[in-house]
Amino acid sequence: MTGVPGPAQWVLLDWVMVLLAAWLMVGVAGVFALRRFTLVAQWLFPIGGAIAVALFAVALAGVFAPPQVAVLAIGLPTLPFHLRLDSLSAFFLMVIGATAAGVSAFAAGYFRKGEGTPPGLMCLQYHIFLAAMAGVVLADDAYAFMVMWETMALSSFFLVTTNHRIAEIRRAGYLYLLVAHIGAIGILLCFGVLQANTGDYTFANMRAQHLSPFWASVAFGLAVFGFGAKAGIVPLHIWLPEAHPAAPSPVSALMSAVMLKTAVYGMLRVCFDLLPMQLWWWGVVLLALGLASALFGVVFAAVQSDMKRLLAYSSIENIGLLYAGIGLTVVFSAYSMKAMAALALTASLYHVASHALFKSLLFLSTGAVLHATAERNLGKLGGLIRYMPWVAWATLVGVLASAGLPPFSGFVSEWLLLQSFLFTPGLPDPFLNMLIPVVAALIALVGALAGYTMVKFFGVVFLGQPREPKLAQAHDAGPWERRGMLWLLLGTVALGLFPIQFIQLIDPVTQQLVAAGLGATVATNGWLLAPTAIERASYGPVIFLLGVAASYALAFGLVRRLYHGRMRRGAPWDCGYPWQTARMQDTAEGFGQPIRQIFEPFFRMRRELPTPFDAQPRYRVSVEDHFWHWLYLPIAAVVMRIARLIGLLQQGRISIYLMYSFVTLLALLLLVRR
Amino acid sequence: MTIYGAISQVLEIAIALTLAPLLTGWVNQWRAWLQNKSAPPLLQPYRLLHKLFNKESLLAEHASPLFRVAPYIVFGCMTLACSIIPSLSTDLPLSLAADAIALVGLFALARVFISLAAMDVGTPFGTMGARREMLIGFLAEPALLMVFFSASMISKSTSLATIVETLAHRDLAIYPSLAFAGVAFTIVSLAENARVPVDNPATHLELTMVHEALILEYSGRHLALLEWAASLKLFAYSCAGLALFFPWGIAEAHAPLELVLALPALVGKLALGGMSLAVLETLSAKMRIFRVPEFLATAFLLAVMGLLVHILLES
Repeated sequence: MTGVPGPAQWVLLDWVMVLLAAWLMVGVAGVFALRRFTLVAQWLFPIGGAIAVALFAVALAGVFAPPQVAVLAIGLPTLPFHLRLDSLSAFFLMVIGATAAGVSAFAAGYFRKGEGTPPGLMCLQYHIFLAAMAGVVLADDAYAFMVMWETMALSSFFLVTTNHRIAEIRRAGYLYLLVAHIGAIGILLCFGVLQANTGDYTFANMRAQHLSPFWASVAFGLAVFGFGAKAGIVPLHIWLPEAHPAAPSPVSALMSAVMLKTAVYGMLRVCFDLLPMQLWWWGVVLLALGLASALFGVVFAAVQSDMKRLLAYSSIENIGLLYAGIGLTVVFSAYSMKAMAALALTASLYHVASHALFKSLLFLSTGAVLHATAERNLGKLGGLIRYMPWVAWATLVGVLASAGLPPFSGFVSEWLLLQSFLFTPGLPDPFLNMLIPVVAALIALVGALAGYTMVKFFGVVFLGQPREPKLAQAHDAGPWERRGMLWLLLGTVALGLFPIQFIQLIDPVTQQLVAAGLGATVATNGWLLAPTAIERASYGPVIFLLGVAASYALAFGLVRRLYHGRMRRGAPWDCGYPWQTARMQDTAEGFGQPIRQIFEPFFRMRRELPTPFDAQPRYRVSVEDHFWHWLYLPIAAVVMRIARLIGLLQQGRISIYLMYSFVTLLALLLLVRR
Repeated sequence: MTIYGAISQVLEIAIALTLAPLLTGWVNQWRAWLQNKSAPPLLQPYRLLHKLFNKESLLAEHASPLFRVAPYIVFGCMTLACSIIPSLSTDLPLSLAADAIALVGLFALARVFISLAAMDVGTPFGTMGARREMLIGFLAEPALLMVFFSASMISKSTSLATIVETLAHRDLAIYPSLAFAGVAFTIVSLAENARVPVDNPATHLELTMVHEALILEYSGRHLALLEWAASLKLFAYSCAGLALFFPWGIAEAHAPLELVLALPALVGKLALGGMSLAVLETLSAKMRIFRVPEFLATAFLLAVMGLLVHILLES
């Protein structure tokens, strides 16, 4: 290489690297302003947000550009970092940029003085976390990937334990770190299999290997395990509902919206890029895991009474749906039905983007509620739409998108996914054909349950009467918080209304992964989204919205013109019962009770019912996860038992330790003598 | 979009808006007759709407804007639902914007808004109604979707217009999957329209009401819009049922003159459908709320079995 080229010759990848370096610099600047709160909040976080917008723009261009590679001579002398920007990584970079922009703007107004970690240090961890996530999707060799992956896990661990003085939060952080590392072992072993004893860990080499179906399946299984631990696939989900409530809200927003998606990215990269083939039963495995997670997540979300735990379980559900979509893609591409594979993959990628935006919006709104009321428990909230109208209406959009209702973004991905299930008959395997309607039915059930959960979330937090007197002092979000939420809100609305334009962005990615795309098909029908042919299925969100809006406006106008618009306010009627209190409304537990009853086998439930003779009757119910008792506690017990056996070696007397050395020496001498 | 398309679209919306209360009145009349009561006049629902629109709207003092917006949104959703289901003609420009899946989503959107509005005032009845409505909804919605899927698999399309055209032109072959789907659809529409085994539209008994609990706090024009929307929903479900299982008589794109014949066909079919609904309601008794999930789960299972039967026997 002769000299460094000037900015005029820079390719997109160079710009991406410059932006990532800028993020790191913003983080380092935070260290120099460790306790200067205003500087960090008013300047550094917004600058980080601006960099995120720039990253979003560069990645947008990168989706359509041919792959670009770079080799960075950092790290060990013989192991440079290989980076590659292709359509797949550009798409995920775009999601990272778009989400991070909103979250950073929100964070500028969110962090308060005197909360755990000093603001400057937080700024460093936050920006390292962002850069590491971007690094994961850029890495083009196993070494760089694992370094970035671990940096991401560690920086997010420190972010989760921001309020490390609380024992519960330390425990949650520890659990998160533990599962993250067990997962990383799986990924590392997966790369080990993929390089097929060549000793060359670049992804380019892995693509060139022709693994036998057995070893390919081994690599696939390790990837499912490793990335599943990060994504929160059942039964590796246990860290999610602990870590998300522990972290500050912008961090939980990033973790849920973006970090979980890096695991989806890893799955896609391994399945469709690094592995030479796809076997149909891999798809069935992914479908089964995905559906189990989706159903499990949504049923648990419906019974939670902590807002952030509820959203964490809802993330498990969404990740499950994503895995189901990827599973279907694998099935299709195993039978080389390319157009169908492209449809299923488009649905999954669409959901990646829409979930990233609406879930970060929802997490940020829980942050705003938390700051306004200091309450996370749904049972102590209520009626906030009157005191925080801005946050409430923004949340409503997120809730509707999350419930998969038209014309919002969650519906588009659900619609595309159901379309790809509907056109499945035609698979050469009759058993698979029989399986598909059952799967579609489960997805429909999960979607409907998500609606239940979201009505509970929004209704209990924002509607009704305040359940505590202090809620009347709740204040609406500040200017920076509003900016951040508005950005995500606009993104959610745009994704819901303009699916055709967005599918054009997904098209290069599906072209890269399954060699087919929907871009050309959907562009032919104007404002109607028709993934195959217009007489088979079409959906026009803009027309849909206009239809509802037009009849709304006509009804509104005509009622006032033909009759009147008079209105009076009075006490609520409630069948004439005057002595109502806010305590008589459904609590979160009350609203979740039907789900607890119907899906009883899902939960490990303990109920304490009062007897008729109790002077102070109390009803107590605790809902736990079976997996703790089936899987994790037994493993922990075995580990403890082994540790105790090993502990027998330690007697605390020097003579015994000297004897160990002596015995070891003897054994070694014997060994050498042989 | 042809001129006939526009005409049939406008005609269909107009017919839905005007005929929907009549259908409700017709069902109420037949139910009263069957139960040996003196029946209200056929036009009673129109009088009710007129009366309610004239009254002023009384709002709870702490009701938020969401409470006032919701009736209009629900009404808008139901109008759009009626305009995309082929009842007179399959040449509907709006039906391109929303297929069967979007139709189910549209009903869900209305349900979510009415439930949120019921929670808004914060009375025990409102939240109870919202919880029960969502409980019914989360099983009815996937069941309805599966019913539409059975029809979609036969016609290889989720577009309602294409489904109706294919089904109307089929030979009189028997589709076992449609029989399963038909039973499931009947159960779902009873539940979704707050009809007897699930809910009783004629009671305000606090322990049993679902739909009435949702709209308990509404009055005046808001209540009128919700009552009208409930009629429109019944009309939309009836038309969807007719379109799926008795599609004959619905006009098609290339035959505008059929449109004239389609209206009497629709009225006749609706009259019969309304009568059988009244018979069903009279013959069954209201069930406990926790029997409802089992009842709806039956519908869900039947619909899924319909799909499996289609794959096994008909493809």
